[in-house]
Amino acid sequence: MKSGSKENSPAADRSEADCPAGDRAAGGATADSRAVVLARIRAALRDVPADESPEDVSVPRTYRRTVLPGDTVALFAARVADYRATVVRTSPEDVARTVAVLLERRGVRRVVVPDGFPPEFLTRTDADLVGDSPPLSVRQLDSLDCTLTTAAVAIAETGTIVLDTGPGQGRRALSLIPDHHLCVVRAEQIAPDVPGALAGLDPHRPLTFVSGPSATSDIELQRVEGVHGPRTLDVVLVVTAPSGAHP
Amino acid sequence: MTDDSDHDGRVWLGTPAFPEAARSALADTRLRHNLRHATTTIRAKRLDATGEVPHWEELREAGAAIKRRTTRHLAHYLEQLEANVTAAGGTVHWATDAAEANRIVERLVRAGGGGEAERHEVVKVKSMATQEIGLNEALAAAGITAYETDLAELIVQLGQDRPSHILVPAIHRNRAEIREIFAERMGERGRAAPADLTDDPKALAEAARLHLREKFLTARVAISGANFAAADTGTIAVVESEGNGRMCLTLPETLITVMGIEKVVPSFADLELFLQLLPRSSTGERMNPYTSLWTGVTPGDGPQDFHLILLDNGRTDVLKDTVGRQALACIRCSACLNVCPVYERTGGHAYGSVYPGPIGAVLTPQLAGVRRAASLPFASTLCGACYDACPVKIDIPEILVHLRAKVVEAKRDDRALPTPEALAMKAASTVLDSPGLLGVAQRAAAAGGRLTSGRGGRIRRLPGPLGGWSATRDTPPPPRESFRAWWRENREER
Ligand code: SF4
Repeated sequence: MKSGSKENSPAADRSEADCPAGDRAAGGATADSRAVVLARIRAALRDVPADESPEDVSVPRTYRRTVLPGDTVALFAARVADYRATVVRTSPEDVARTVAVLLERRGVRRVVVPDGFPPEFLTRTDADLVGDSPPLSVRQLDSLDCTLTTAAVAIAETGTIVLDTGPGQGRRALSLIPDHHLCVVRAEQIAPDVPGALAGLDPHRPLTFVSGPSATSDIELQRVEGVHGPRTLDVVLVVTAPSGAHP
Repeated sequence: MTDDSDHDGRVWLGTPAFPEAARSALADTRLRHNLRHATTTIRAKRLDATGEVPHWEELREAGAAIKRRTTRHLAHYLEQLEANVTAAGGTVHWATDAAEANRIVERLVRAGGGGEAERHEVVKVKSMATQEIGLNEALAAAGITAYETDLAELIVQLGQDRPSHILVPAIHRNRAEIREIFAERMGERGRAAPADLTDDPKALAEAARLHLREKFLTARVAISGANFAAADTGTIAVVESEGNGRMCLTLPETLITVMGIEKVVPSFADLELFLQLLPRSSTGERMNPYTSLWTGVTPGDGPQDFHLILLDNGRTDVLKDTVGRQALACIRCSACLNVCPVYERTGGHAYGSVYPGPIGAVLTPQLAGVRRAASLPFASTLCGACYDACPVKIDIPEILVHLRAKVVEAKRDDRALPTPEALAMKAASTVLDSPGLLGVAQRAAAAGGRLTSGRGGRIRRLPGPLGGWSATRDTPPPPRESFRAWWRENREER
């Protein structure tokens, strides 16, 4: 760890003039390296006026206006479907039946239900419901067929659901390890675009943006759904008023 | 293809200078076919995905501006990032160079592995920064096995090969080759491929899923890169497709993220831009399947020990150059590769660096020094397609021209004599705008260069992971054949 020999030290080799402490940094403590890197940055940016503040570099935010068609619910449904995920619209009264039908159709026998998932959505299914407190082990999760979650927010333009580990969503591993993820999204949760969604999220929660099932195009660019994440994504979209009535 | 016999994965030992490497790549028909198919496909998808956004140009403009702001105030934002990651329960380390970064990772892996010396394994999610510093090889030398988990990286790693594209590192392999690699090699590193493995991409993906699942479920330490890091909150973003990233970021107890210092962005809100620019420019999707954002440590969820390593490794040298520094804005989308007529025909290996294509041609000479990659700034026709495609509007042709002048200057300094190239370049600074005249000037320079290259001193061996490069390369004499001459001769290939 302590080898600070010059031969092994690119820092020492490079531009000694700009980094007087370079040779010290090679094998030394991180605290030194911090000072070295920051000093190099400041030296490299000598052309930036000392009184310039970051805000002096203007950033045009004109892109922030929403330019999407009005029916975000229809757009969201169409764009989720583009990823070869299944979207089923339903009314608030019919969520439990829709969930039951989807689980049945996928042959789900044991399903993870995170804390805070609305119990009224579970009244019709015959599947075994498995809770996560105390937390399931990764092995246990790996043996389960499906995870049910709600979402924090959704994005119409990109067909994305965002999980923030809040009530009904559980910790991140739950929606990752079982091979099937069924997510219940309420129409009111759909933001039109990415800026709209991000504005409503808390950066101090772990956030997972999910756009369709896990996929790869690494083999001859042929898209294959399902590598390590869930291979099947079902989205139950709860719409109070029939917003899809008009074309 | 390049000669893989002596590479160590970090730098590409024995890679010839670009023109020769490109010539051998051009002779490989299958490689050319794969590349053309890939770049054409991704290009079309990208145009669809960017074309449907009415304010795409405004997004690019804002992306470029954010990066300009960050670059000009980099120290400020890094200090802010450090404070916020630390406040959220993470630990921040600074690494001046590759060797230091590797040592930090090694130490953290040992600490996180619970002291069982015989069982040091880590899972990794694709990261160009860790490729750049040769982390896997450094860990191997320290007795730690790193498992790449991105499907393409797995193909490259099992095939003992090099990545050839930022986004699709195994773009040079077809399904039959991949089947063979999986069938032969998976068993050596864990669960073997099924005996009846076919070359159907679905079956190959399934084999990778089974092979890696055991690693994910038992890994104690994961290593990732970062696509973005928000200074004002300390939030890190990793953008991916397969879910291997989520596995690495969620299941192990210790997470080590290695990030170039240029990846910081001012605010969490700025991610709204980059999460639009990156997927559409990269894979041509409205959004990639998975994006993970995390801030420090979350009790009861994910790794409880989080380390962020901020890596310099030549970036502050790039920063010094007021023209060249815009290359630090790169978000590694690979759009410039896919539109580049040179890349399409030569592939990534010819660039002899982890950063191929137009961005590699401007970044590698700056990170490693123009003397060590003197032919790369000439690996372009200056057609401008890369600039038009770049989501953060990096003016790659401008940097190329600038670096060409620096290459010439460096050689003149080395010899204390004006080189034929220097004379030609001096006389022709306006000629650079004129492709016809440039060709003439370059050919003249190359013709002169052959006569005088014997005078050029061999540069001393350079330290660190890039050392191997200089060990096997002399200070490149002026390219025997100018890039344009090579290009003309070879372009009947179609
Ligand atoms: S230079 Fe621009 S186009 Fe090329 S990879 Fe970087 S961000 Fe993408």
